[in-house]
Parts: sequence; structure tokens; C-alpha cells
Amino acid sequence: MQFMLLFSRQGKLRLQKWYVPLSDKERKKISRDLVQTILARKPKMCSFLEWRDLKIVYKRYASLYFCCAVEDQDNELITLEIIHRYVELLDKYFGSVCELDIIFNFEKAYFILDEFLLGGEAQETSKKNVLKAIEQADLLQECTFPV
Amino acid sequence: MCSCYYSSVWLHVNTGECNLASKHVPLQYLITLHWFETLFLCVFQRMPAPIRLRELIRTIRTARTQAEEREMIQKECAAIRSSFREEDNTYRCRNVAKLLYMHMLGYPAHFGQLECLKLIASQKFTDKRIGYLGAMLLLDERQDVHLLMTNCIKNDLNHSTQYVQGLALCTLGCMGSSEMCRDLAGEVEKLLKTSNSYLRKKAALCAVHVIRKVPELMEMFLPATKNLLSEKNHGVLHTSVVLLTEMCERSPDMLLHFRKLVPQLVRILKNLIMSGYSPEHDVSGISDPFLQVRILRLLRILGRSDDDSSEAMNDILAQVATNTETSKNVGNAILYETVLTIMDIKSESGLRVLAINILGRFLLNNDKNIRYVALTSLLKTVQTDHNAVQRHRSTIVDCLKDLDVSIKRRAMELSFALVNGNNIRGMMKELLYFLDSCDPEFKADCASGVFLAAEKYAPSKRWHIDTIMRVLTTAGSYVRDDSVPNLIQLITNSVEMHAYTVQRLYKALLDDISQQPLVQVSSWCIGEYGDLLVSGQCEEEEPIQVTEDEVLDVLEGLLVSNLSTPVTRGYSLTAIMKLSTRFSSVNRIKKVVSIYSSSIDVELQQRAVEYNALFKKYDHMRPALLERMPIMEKTASNGPTEIMQTNGETEPSVPDTKHLPLVTQPANQANDLLDLLGGNDVVPVIQTTLPTKPASAGGELLDLLGDLSLSGGLAPAPSVPVSQPPFLLDGLSSQPLFNDTSAAIPPMTAYSKNGLKIEFTFERANPNPNIAVITIHATNTTEADMTEFVFQAAVPKTFQLQLLSPSSNIVPALNQGSVTQVIRVLNPQKQQLRMRVKLTYTHKGSPVQDLAEVNNFPPQSWQ
Repeated sequence: MQFMLLFSRQGKLRLQKWYVPLSDKERKKISRDLVQTILARKPKMCSFLEWRDLKIVYKRYASLYFCCAVEDQDNELITLEIIHRYVELLDKYFGSVCELDIIFNFEKAYFILDEFLLGGEAQETSKKNVLKAIEQADLLQECTFPV
Repeated sequence: MCSCYYSSVWLHVNTGECNLASKHVPLQYLITLHWFETLFLCVFQRMPAPIRLRELIRTIRTARTQAEEREMIQKECAAIRSSFREEDNTYRCRNVAKLLYMHMLGYPAHFGQLECLKLIASQKFTDKRIGYLGAMLLLDERQDVHLLMTNCIKNDLNHSTQYVQGLALCTLGCMGSSEMCRDLAGEVEKLLKTSNSYLRKKAALCAVHVIRKVPELMEMFLPATKNLLSEKNHGVLHTSVVLLTEMCERSPDMLLHFRKLVPQLVRILKNLIMSGYSPEHDVSGISDPFLQVRILRLLRILGRSDDDSSEAMNDILAQVATNTETSKNVGNAILYETVLTIMDIKSESGLRVLAINILGRFLLNNDKNIRYVALTSLLKTVQTDHNAVQRHRSTIVDCLKDLDVSIKRRAMELSFALVNGNNIRGMMKELLYFLDSCDPEFKADCASGVFLAAEKYAPSKRWHIDTIMRVLTTAGSYVRDDSVPNLIQLITNSVEMHAYTVQRLYKALLDDISQQPLVQVSSWCIGEYGDLLVSGQCEEEEPIQVTEDEVLDVLEGLLVSNLSTPVTRGYSLTAIMKLSTRFSSVNRIKKVVSIYSSSIDVELQQRAVEYNALFKKYDHMRPALLERMPIMEKTASNGPTEIMQTNGETEPSVPDTKHLPLVTQPANQANDLLDLLGGNDVVPVIQTTLPTKPASAGGELLDLLGDLSLSGGLAPAPSVPVSQPPFLLDGLSSQPLFNDTSAAIPPMTAYSKNGLKIEFTFERANPNPNIAVITIHATNTTEADMTEFVFQAAVPKTFQLQLLSPSSNIVPALNQGSVTQVIRVLNPQKQQLRMRVKLTYTHKGSPVQDLAEVNNFPPQSWQ
């Protein structure tokens, strides 16, 4: 995976994870253009598209779009499963997750993602193990509300 | 520090007091000094803690304008900056977190980069967590700053707490630069050999990143891979397979080395499939689909171009292909990977046919994503397994009617790849139908494809000409520039079809002179074969009666028309000239040619002058020069812009001018928007796509996963019920957005009062599906005629309306007849159709006027 973006239906970025080296300016441009392209698509269209020279896989969950850019050899259908697994993890962690949870606890969303994917590939295929690791790491925090 | 300052102030005041006291200073001055001292105390000893992250987020979200938000951000940034300057360790973590939030909103945050490094270096886990996150978000390897992380990461890779080691591995594996990777590869390699599976899986992916950045380091990881696959832990297995895949893809030696792992991989895959339910890794009844897919991919790479390995995996591939549950996306994902593997390795033909059949089944799947991957895969295999793919031809052709653009494109490409001598007639019918109705972005490619296929497989010359005609008349403006000379050559070489061709082209010209490629080819043909045209020699169809003057009228019409491009004019002038040796009305031709010798268009002028010269000075050469073209040799270059011939006459070269893409959409016609009722009655437009205020802002918990917890499937959540006016398209409706043009739209009664009944019947205007063509039928059940009948209509602002003339303005009594009138409504935003109508007529001597709203349009008329 090259990057993953989460954005709302108004085009506001809620999370951006980049696995390729790009400058801030380049990232902003890509985000902006890609978000526009996806928001312009009709609901009945495919979850896959070719954009520039990337394969894009996206899925909408309630008010959030989850969008990944994958390599040519990557399996698009399993990428949909990866996205779904991430949403399940968020749901388990936050309890019936909604966009607001991700807005107010974005750093936790990142921590969860970083326990699930590393360098763009899945590091753990067991839901239970990812959540356990997050739980343990949370316990290591020196105080309950560090930020 | 504060207490020192405080005491120095106090000292100063004391001293001052002493000094002043000795100078008899008034009391007010002493009180003022005391006030200053208290103030200093407040500032330095009771400094408030920086605002919490969630508090900041809440505050920023209350901003109503961009300017207000910017102001809040600037204020907070200033506070954070000064806090950074103060080297405040306690709240650094909080401040950086806030900075990361503001960065996500799009504001600059570079001044926080060094702070991230300080957090990483801290001993507190919370600090490290935020610090590493900040590094991954704010630092990029182009800047030297990131190198300062290397030492911290090195230390953390050796930390006693595995979660700290995990943070370091994650960051290195996400954004480590080549220098960092070089420095730390040894540490990663060490961790790859640990027995701690939590760390081992992360080290494997980190190694993948290192290898991608510094491929020469791949060798050093080889020993550690020795027993990676004997792990029971799925996380380690998965990441190990990824690592092995990366190594095999990069190095043929590694590939050879790892080929021996095929039996082990097959065994692991078999266990996954055969083993019972494992709750930890289960996804909709399938055990660890992620691992299965990665193993299949590695098998593909190992089996490619190797018979033995391919043989060893045959059975398991067949097993996966036949036993995997296909009702959910996850099963199909595995099947998809299996098909890709089967097609890529040296599999036996039975297996290949199985794979193609799976793809064929995919094509029939309701899920458009599945259809998409099927078409993509079939495109890749159509060359090698042509016959197997042919069997699914009809399904593929059906996909031409799909709504999704990407699916349509793939279906089109695949269809062209499948055309052969046997199916050319049927396929061409479908493809021409597609050409008629497809989006403009496809038309050029489709037209080119049709020409190519027709050239290769045309069953007869007549069919070929007809097909070309069809393309030129329906998609004429999208045809590529190089098609014109190709077509001309084709026509020239079909000697027995000349009469038929020129007749058909002439008739097409009478209908429409806007499509330049058609006009150019037609002019050329008329110039060449005009004699056949007027002599009525056509065998293939009924010959038309046309005189020389009529033909010249048409050609001259092209010269003067605004629709003709300069290139087209060149063609027609030359055609007229050529007719001077084929027609008898030479004088007329001479006149036309001399007129254009003073044309403003330089090209036309030059031609006219030269043709004039032909008439005057070189008349003896004229017949030879304008003789019929011989059969042409096909030139070697693609898309020749000049047609070579052997008679010494230079045919006008086709310059590379772009044809004006003439838009034939009726929307460009005069819009008779009858706004009867003034602006304030026109319904305001509301965007169907985005609600103006996110309902989530109101704090309602939106269930992101819908009924996920119940079914465990890929059920998307129902759309957010936002308060919007009811007439907007309901996203939850299962109605297809737009279907075949052939689907009949039921008629409706729009108005029925006082004996006057008005019915609306509908049809879709091809090619523009945004236009609804409504025919009104007005009938009268009373005993008296309704005379001076006028029907007027108004629509909301987003629509455009055009009323054509009515059949008459008398609605006969007792249903003895009806008045019909055609309305065209352009509805680009696919909004619900609403109309206000005004009827005026005279009945039994008195004028009648009525206004009515028409809201009961059937959904198919506007969706």
C-alpha cells in the first residue's frame, strides 16, 4: 500500500497515513485531487479506479470514506477486506465507532492502524491480537489522559 | 527562577522603599510598587497548563468561518511556540498532539519537528508514542532532521519493553530513509531472529522496507529466513510470506533458493483450508484469508516458468478453486488470487479452463467490484487463452451496458479483442449500438476499434462500407483524424461498391453536414464518383434521382456553411473541380472556382487560383489530371496524412488541424424557458451530494458499521438520515439510476379539469439521457370546442425547457381529436421533475385560464 486516507463527505481529512516518501506539498496536492475525484463518483460505481498511475480502492462507511492506493500486483478485493478489518478494529476499540470518535481521538486511530499495518502491509491477521496489543500499550501510558 | 525574580523584585522594592522612604516618597507610589510585585507573582508562579487536545478540537470545531478557525489556530500555535521555547517537558506531548491535529487541518507545523525528536528521546512511553507519530507525520526523508532520529531508534530497538521496540520498528518500517536503513539493518536482522512473535512479525515487515530502500542489504536477511515458515503464529507467517515474496521478486537467485519452500507453503495453505473453525482468524467462515491470499501470491512467483513447482501446487490450487465459498467478498478475493496464480504458472489446461470459468462466473456476479476484477483479468488472459475466453463473450458484451465507466471500458477493450471472422456480424452490431449510446470519452476509441475490426474481418465489401457509414453518421465528430485518409483509400479500393458508396454518402450529407470526417469523405467521393451518382447506376439499392445542379448545390453549400472547417472546404472545392471532367455544367464550376480565387482563406485561394489556371492555360491537361483514382497501395506509416498516388496530381494533403468537436446536444438550441411565474416561485436548488451540515456534528452516534456485529459481513451502513427536502433522490432506493433507453416510461395524466384532460407521454432523447421528451395530448370531453388553446409550462431553475409548436390550437369537442405538443426538458442534475402549467383557451365564447402544478412525474422520466 502506498497510502491510506480517511475523509468525510465534505472532503475533510480525518486521517492520512503515507508509506511512500513525499513532501508535504505533494501529499496535500494528491489528497486534494483524489478526494475530489472520489467524492464526484456516484454511489453505484465500482470501489476501484485507476487514478494517475495508481490503483485506488475505496469504501464508504457512514460519513467516512476509507481510501487506499495500492500497487499494481495487489489484490483489490483483499484490500477491501483490509479496510473492513481496520473499521472492525476501530469499532471494537471505541465501541460502535462513528466519525466523531476518530475526529476527537485521531491519535488513537493512528496507534490502532500502526498495530494492524506496518509499511503498508498487514502485520497481524488476528483481530484479538491487535486489540490486545493496543490495550497493553494503553496501560503503559503514564497517566490516563496524557493529552 | 520565579522565586529568585520575585525576591529580587521584593529586594528592589525594599531597597527602593528604604531609599525612597529616606526621601519622603508619597504613599501612592509605594502602593503601586506593591501592586506590580503581586502581578509578577501571578504571572510566574501560577502559570495555567496548556489547553488539552480534545478541548482544542472542540473549540476549533465551533468556528463558523475559515477566518475564525485560522485565528484560533494562530493563537494556539503562538501559545505552543512559546511553550516550546520554554522547554516545557510536562506538556510537550500535549502540545505536539495539538500541533498534529492542526497539521491535519492543513496548517503548517514544521516548527514542531524538533519537538518530536525530543519526545522520542524521552523516557516516558506516552511521549514516545506521540513523538514517533509526529515523526511519521511531520518528517520526511528529504530533510536532514530525520537523521537525528537514528540514534533514538537504535536505542529503542533494544529497549526492555516490547511496545517501545514495536514503536521503533514501525517508524523505521514506515519512513526510514536509506541512510537510516543502512545504519539499523543489523538491529532489524537481530529482531528477525527473536522468539518473541510480536517483535518478529514487525521485524519481518521492517526488513521488507529496508530491502526496498537498500536492495544490496537483502543478503544479510537470508539466514534469518531459515525457519520463518515453521512458526505457528499467523502474524509472523503472514509477514514472513511478504518478506519472502519481496526477496523472490527482486532476485532470481533468491527465487531459486526459495523454490524448495513450495511444499511447505502448500501444506500451510492446506491446513488453513481443511482446519476447522478458528475464531481468532475467521472471516465469514474462511480461515485467515489474508494469509491465504499472500501464500497464493508467493506460489505464483515460485511456480512461474517452473514445471516442477507448478506441478506441486496443482492440487491445492484446484482445491481452493472449487471449495472456496463465493457468497462473500472475502471468498471471491481468494478465488481471484487463485485465478491469477493459475494463469501465471505452468498449470495444466484443465486447471486453466477452471480458472477462466471462475472469471466467467464473476462476470455474472451482482457485485460490480467482482465484475471489474473479472474483466481486468480476462483482458490479461485473452491473448493466451483466447478460446476459453470466447465462451464468455455474450456475458462480456452485456457488460457494455453496465453503469460503471471502468467496467464499460474494460468490456469494450475485451470485446474488440474477441472479435474474429466468425462473430464479426453479431459483435459489430453490439459494438455499434454501444457506440451510439456511450459517453463521449469512449467514442474515439470505439470508432477506431470498429474500423480496425471491420478492416480485418469484414465479411463483405458492402457490409464494410455500411459499417463505416454507420460510424461516420453516429459518431462522426469523434472519429480520429487519420481515419479519413484510411477510409478514402478503402473506398477507392472497393471498386464495385463505388456507386453504392457515393449514393449513401450523398444521402448522409443531405441529412447532416456538421460531422467533419463524414463530410470530408463524402465530398471526396462525390468528387470522384459524381458521374455514377447522377447516372443512377447503383446496384445495391434503389438508385436515387439527382441532377448535376443538385450535387453542385450541396458541395457549394459546404463551402459557405459555418459548420465547415477550412479542411472540409478544401475537400469540397477540389471535389467541385474534379466534377468538371465528369459533369457537363462546366461553366458553373468555372464560376465557383473563380469566386474562390479571392477567398480570404489562403489555402482555398491557392487552390482556386491553381484550378483557374487549369481551366485557362492548361485545359488540355485537365482531363488527365482529374482522372479517376487508381487503386492505392497502403502506405507503411500509421495514419498517413498524405495519400500517395501515381498520376502526378497532388491530392490535397490533410493538415493536422483538429476538427471542431461539434456538440450535437440539443441543450445548445434556444432555450425557451417560459418563466411564467417570476423568480420567487422557482424552487431553490439543493445539492444532492453533500448535506450542508454534517449530522454527526450534532453528536448523534452514527453506527459506522450498521449491522456488522450481527452478520459479520461486508454490510455497508445505511446512509445518514440528514434532514433534507423530501424531493431529493433517496440514496437508499434500490432503483437503478439509469437503465436502458428501451425501458418504457408510463404515461401520466398531468391535468384533468372542466372537461380538459392533458396526458403526458415520455421518451428519452438519444444520445443525451439528461433530456426527457414529453408529448402532451390535450383532449376535450365537453360538447364545445376549446379554441385558441395555448399550453405554457415553467420548470425550476435547474431545468431547461423547450416547447415545440403545437399541432393546432383547437381542442375538438367530445374527444374527436387532440392537440399534441412536444416539450423537451433538460435535466442535467437528475432532479425530480416538477412543472407548473398555464392553460388558456376560449370555451363557449368566454376565455378560460388555469394554473396547475404537475408533480406526479414517474421516476423514470427524471432519474
